[in-house]
Amino acid sequence: MGFKIKDLFVSVEKKEVLKGVSLDIEPGEVVALMGPNGSGKSSLAYALAGHPNYVVSKGRVELDGKKLLNKKVNERANMGLFLAFQYPVGIDGVNVKEILITTLRGRGEKISALELKKKVEKEAQKMGIEKELLMRSLNDGFSGGEKKKMEMLQMSILKPKYAVLDETDSGLDIDALRVVADGAKKAAQKGMGVLIITHYKRILEYLRPDKVLVMKKGKMVAQGGEELVKMLEDKGYKKL
Amino acid sequence: MSSFKYVYKSGKGLNEKLVREISSLKKEPEWMLEKRLEALKIFNDLSLPEWGADLTGVDFSNIHYYLKPLQNQKKSWKDIPDEVRDTFEKIGVPKAEREVLSGVKAQYDSEVIYGSLKKSLEKKGIVFLSMDEGLVKYPELVKKYWGSVVPLGDNKLAALNSAVWSGGSFVYVPKGVDVGLPLQAYFRINTERAGQFERTLIIADEGSKVHYVEGCSAPAFSTGSLHSAVVEVIVEKKAKVTYTTVQNWYKNVYNLVTKRAFVKEEGEMRWVDGNLGSRTTMKYPSCILAGRKAKGEMLSIAWAGKGQHQDTGAKMIHLAPETTSQIISKSVSKEGGRASYRGLVHINKGATGAKAKVVCDALILDDESRSDTYPTNKIFENGASLEHEATVGKIGEEQLFYLMSRGIKAEEAEAMIVNGFLEPIMKQIPLEYAIEMNKLVEMEMEGSVG
Repeated sequence: MGFKIKDLFVSVEKKEVLKGVSLDIEPGEVVALMGPNGSGKSSLAYALAGHPNYVVSKGRVELDGKKLLNKKVNERANMGLFLAFQYPVGIDGVNVKEILITTLRGRGEKISALELKKKVEKEAQKMGIEKELLMRSLNDGFSGGEKKKMEMLQMSILKPKYAVLDETDSGLDIDALRVVADGAKKAAQKGMGVLIITHYKRILEYLRPDKVLVMKKGKMVAQGGEELVKMLEDKGYKKL
Repeated sequence: MSSFKYVYKSGKGLNEKLVREISSLKKEPEWMLEKRLEALKIFNDLSLPEWGADLTGVDFSNIHYYLKPLQNQKKSWKDIPDEVRDTFEKIGVPKAEREVLSGVKAQYDSEVIYGSLKKSLEKKGIVFLSMDEGLVKYPELVKKYWGSVVPLGDNKLAALNSAVWSGGSFVYVPKGVDVGLPLQAYFRINTERAGQFERTLIIADEGSKVHYVEGCSAPAFSTGSLHSAVVEVIVEKKAKVTYTTVQNWYKNVYNLVTKRAFVKEEGEMRWVDGNLGSRTTMKYPSCILAGRKAKGEMLSIAWAGKGQHQDTGAKMIHLAPETTSQIISKSVSKEGGRASYRGLVHINKGATGAKAKVVCDALILDDESRSDTYPTNKIFENGASLEHEATVGKIGEEQLFYLMSRGIKAEEAEAMIVNGFLEPIMKQIPLEYAIEMNKLVEMEMEGSVG
């Protein structure tokens, strides 16, 4: 069991962005990944999800004992991997409910449109998402906070085994931040492994990571507990 | 279906004798025969338009211009022959009829052979007949308006239709009457090389309101077939007319159609047009905005797949002050298909305060396919305004990745993006047609990426 990344090398347009990254996430574990801009954190997220521009040249990734890297993007998702995007795209004429029902039915779940609607509305209410946003084209005119919440809403309905949250806390006000952190925390308590990529201490105060990792120039440079966050806050990344 | 019999099947080709024969078989008044003959002369004098799609495959000498099925108009569903009923079952007429239709007219080749009208329509004084019946029962109305919006010599194909027309609908909505549920007609070509030349005339009297829907589908056959309809709509003062078309002709049909509405003061005309099928379509529904504050609207979808050329658009002619128009055109091209938008906005001198808006969005799904935009704007009035927006795009890789990252297969994700692109128009189409169109889009998208 567990989400295991071993010695991963990734290039984008022939430029190497990950240079041998290893990382383990156990079910229910919260792992924080920090590091300066351009260190390769988002590249790791994209490479794991299978973005076609991120070419893996070496390394191995297993999700609960199954090989991940030879799978298509959608197959990886259906194995239980979820990526909450840092900048979720908008899609004209497609709302969040259509995405969710297509995904769930694709997995073979028999869910009626009405059941899903109720489920989504209930979840949206908990997260303080306006009902009107559920009908609108995805992310069409949404605020930054609404976009991030919409990612978390999808996560809570899809119930992945492991979720990568790529700067899901950036640009959120305190209330929205709490909502996002709460969602991740509750899912972790139910056994979901979380990899949260962040620049800020604040979300980690809610989330209480089991492990904190620091990346720099495509490599892991430090590992520790919450005390590492405090240290980074005081001294920055330069010393690492 | 192959054993379906025709009472009368004209030989191939077109001449005066044939036109006289059609008119006499239909027992038409002398004036209609004269119009037909005059139109035939014009047809022979005019040449095919060369500014649009490639029409070199149209062979006028190799078409049956008139087919009269064995059966006459039937009143009840039970009287319909099994083969015809099967065809209708396949395109969903009976179910639709039971549930929502206020009246069904279906055209099987050149003659309306089945039609049912609910009593409520008749009670309100609404006339919904085949054009042939309309001519018999309402000769004065037909004589007054037939050919008044699309003149005989408008273009070669309109002239052809005027010479050999058969079938189509005749609709009259009396003053102040709101028809309520849409009036629906189903058209179908079922004989090889059968030309279908239906003629529709809709008259919406003052303050009335009507939504007319036509859906087309044709079974497979091997050689080129021609569909050339003429539709004329009269929108009287403050009347509102919506005309919805779902065109899914088989991919060897030339679909060359002239549709035009004459809109009087504060009247509103809306064309909703979905073009999925046919080999080549040339169709530019028009609104002549003749009265003050008249409003014209065109919402269209064109789908150009393998071997298809959809050359579609709209014309908005502003003749009076404060007239407004809007054209929203969306096209998708794939597997070498070609979608062209061709539109005209004409604002006459004196049409002060006229406003027009044109939006054309094109989605090209692969490198073999093509999209063109040919807008023409003729503005002769300084106090008028025109907005024009056009976008051409491909399916975004990031959108595809996003949907797939949720667990959706590539081809399904692509279909979702395409359907989403078309959605603003789809939601204007009556539900049963929208569902059919969605299904068609999904079918067309299957296996396109992988």
